[in-house]
Amino acid sequence: MGNKLVALLDTTGFVHLTPGMIVMWIIGLLLIYLAIKKQYEPLLLLPIGFGILLVNLPLSGLMDENVGLLWKFYHYGIHWEIIPPLIFLGIGAFTDFAPLLANPRLIFLGAGAQAGVYLTFFASHAMGYDIMEAATIGMIGGADGPTTIFIASKLAPQLMGACAVAAYSYMAMVPIIQPPIMRLLTTKAERAMHMAKPRPVSKREKLLFPIISTFVIILLIPASAPLISMLMLGNLFRESGVVERLKGAAQNELMNIVTIFLGLPIGATMHADIFLQPKVLFIFILGLIAFILSTATGIILAKLMNLVSKEKINPLLGAAGVSAVPMAARVVHKVGTEADKKNYLLMYAMGPNVAGVIGTVIAAGMFITLLGG
Amino acid sequence: MASEITAPLPGKIVRMDIEVGSSVEEDMEILAIEAMKMENVVYAPCDGTIEKILKKVGDEVEDGEVIATIA
Repeated sequence: MGNKLVALLDTTGFVHLTPGMIVMWIIGLLLIYLAIKKQYEPLLLLPIGFGILLVNLPLSGLMDENVGLLWKFYHYGIHWEIIPPLIFLGIGAFTDFAPLLANPRLIFLGAGAQAGVYLTFFASHAMGYDIMEAATIGMIGGADGPTTIFIASKLAPQLMGACAVAAYSYMAMVPIIQPPIMRLLTTKAERAMHMAKPRPVSKREKLLFPIISTFVIILLIPASAPLISMLMLGNLFRESGVVERLKGAAQNELMNIVTIFLGLPIGATMHADIFLQPKVLFIFILGLIAFILSTATGIILAKLMNLVSKEKINPLLGAAGVSAVPMAARVVHKVGTEADKKNYLLMYAMGPNVAGVIGTVIAAGMFITLLGG
Repeated sequence: MASEITAPLPGKIVRMDIEVGSSVEEDMEILAIEAMKMENVVYAPCDGTIEKILKKVGDEVEDGEVIATIA
């Protein structure tokens, strides 16, 4: 009788609980709390948090290879590289590249902010992460969730959960992280600087942009093709004006559906045994450094451009080079209006902001090209 | 001398605190335009009286489009 009771107990999860799992419950619940109460990236952090809870319930088998439900989501959605490109299709469909086309030199700011990615890559590698892991960690500085996930699935799947959570949580904290750096690196007069009115962008330019970019970027960096192709196809849906239904589906229905299948399995990669290691937890510090460096390098590049160019740029725009769209642009606008309430930088900041999306994908493509995967 | 109140950025007018005949002072808040889900306050460019209002709440405006004139 006693033996049977023990055997029965053994089939429940209770006796298989570990302290680590309970720590993970707390982390999962914290993410759910931040999503609901603080509205920190709720579309991602809510399913991620729930995924963390699920995978840390023993014996559920949800992440068991070949059979577990979340394993299938992970394997066919993320490992097979389907979901991040589909997210990019949606991003393309709702991104207006006009602010960039109106002032094309702002693309340099989108590139400048990627310096944080590379600096963090070298720093992480110097600190003992292998080269694949270091590239994935550096990617957090691009402030682009799907790209971080994409590169993690290719180079360092074991770090995916931590990198994704770091990227999304810091993106949500852009309004807290960026302003102090922006104020530190600029003077009040610089922040108050008004931008010259942008030139109007024709419909033809907007239409040609996704087509030409696809050619140029994929010919230059073929490894960026999965993300760039979808981004530009989505943008072509938008600018063509003849496939409203496809544009709508890409940016609403499809985007919403794949978001569900993105967040849940990412949370499910965060089992206590994998996640609760100093090496993984330290990613949160490195990710923050990556964010700070990207912000700083963007601003510094804008100031350098002002040294050589006679049409000055408000250096705050450099901070919008991180691809957290449109949060980083809003932050730039806010900090600008603090210095001069009539300084409307929002639409100008969208230029480097959307350039940052492209820049991050290019940076990811370069890592994949150089490191394999 | 008439002066124009123009949209400082493209977006949707979400608030209008003036009507024809209101007197305004320079830098007074007069309306708000929403762009990228962010409310942007527009200030009066000079002292005067609102002469004409060409747009209403809910209208989409282009960058630089005239919203009202001050006499």
